Amino acid sequence: MDPLKKARIATVWLGGCSGCHMSFLDMDERLLELAGLIELCYSPLVDTKEFPEVDVTLVEGAVAADEHLEMIHRIRARTKVLVSFGDCAVTGNLTAMRNVFPLEDVVNRAYRQNSDIVNGIPGGGILPMLLERVRPLHQVVPIDHFLPGCPPPAEAIYTLLRHLILGEPLPPVGKFG
Amino acid sequence: MRVRTLEIDGRMVTGAPGESIFNAAWNNGIQIPRLCHVGSLSDVGACRLCLVEVDGLDKLQPSCLTPVREGMKVRTDTEALRRHRKLIIELLMAERNHVCAVCVANGACELQDLAAALGVDHVRVEYQHPKLEADLSHARFGLDHNRCILCTRCVRVCDEVEGAHTWDIAFRGGESLLVADMGGPWGESETCTSCGKCVQVCPTGALFSKGASVGEMRKDRSFLRYIVTAREKRQWIR
Repeated sequence: MDPLKKARIATVWLGGCSGCHMSFLDMDERLLELAGLIELCYSPLVDTKEFPEVDVTLVEGAVAADEHLEMIHRIRARTKVLVSFGDCAVTGNLTAMRNVFPLEDVVNRAYRQNSDIVNGIPGGGILPMLLERVRPLHQVVPIDHFLPGCPPPAEAIYTLLRHLILGEPLPPVGKFG
Repeated sequence: MRVRTLEIDGRMVTGAPGESIFNAAWNNGIQIPRLCHVGSLSDVGACRLCLVEVDGLDKLQPSCLTPVREGMKVRTDTEALRRHRKLIIELLMAERNHVCAVCVANGACELQDLAAALGVDHVRVEYQHPKLEADLSHARFGLDHNRCILCTRCVRVCDEVEGAHTWDIAFRGGESLLVADMGGPWGESETCTSCGKCVQVCPTGALFSKGASVGEMRKDRSFLRYIVTAREKRQWIR
């Protein structure tokens, strides 16, 4: 990447718990140092509506709903280096645990059996529609880097960003879980 | 007893007649990856992670089942072997539901550790997401088929060390399943002595002590050498 320009970074939250973003914030004072190297263009942490053209995107979460599917294709088209960020993105993880059940059973469980007030199952474009199967990102779009972990340690995020921005060495592969 | 001299990864090493390449390698500090081998138990070659290249043989050999021979040339860590091992780990991860984040063995799992050590950062094959049960009928232990890699360590330790032979593998191929006795609930097994050896040798979170929550199951295999040494040498020493 051009050393004279700040790297344009995005972070995205798909079918996950936001724990990977918490780990991102766990970089603590190193965020101040990163602020000198990156421009955070799109993220749950900033108020941008439209996904822009960026150098690097960290995507947390699996592809679980129609909205995620549309989003991940848009992200891939506008991102130079796409990072599968955390176990849900990399393996499906907890988000994909529903894959052993038919989608209908999952929805019934949430909106009928475990619900005090049954208003029926939401539909008609009000909420994103769940996909029949949850998939890790790389089964949907090509991925450039994988950052496993639930969540990936702050140190791993920091080292990967410095690798991508400054060309510093990559650390060894981290663990799932 | 004449020792055999062979070459492993370019180093001259020796092994006793009948000793496996795997043991000869580990005795010389060459740590071939494995998931089904446990010292003191028989070997079955179930996991295929210890496959090695042997000069003069077309096929890869499971080092745990291949005895050392005089003048043998063995390679344990080539590019091709690393590639095969990564794929084996990925196939294991995809075959059942190994959700490390919510597993009792998270942080102390041989499959999880080996995946990282071999550089597996994602699984290229499609996850199968089979619907499998957990057997919690035993008073002290649990069995979660979702985490089982069918290594048969539990089967062998129960048979060879405890002498109970409670465990076995039923069915074939992708349907293979660990069963107690004739396939009933573990808690109703007539042969199980509740010794817990199977739990301690299990490399993953498939067998665990009840009460262990996510990431709390820690396994200790040191008892195995203790018992086997006592039986073979009549010495109760640690």
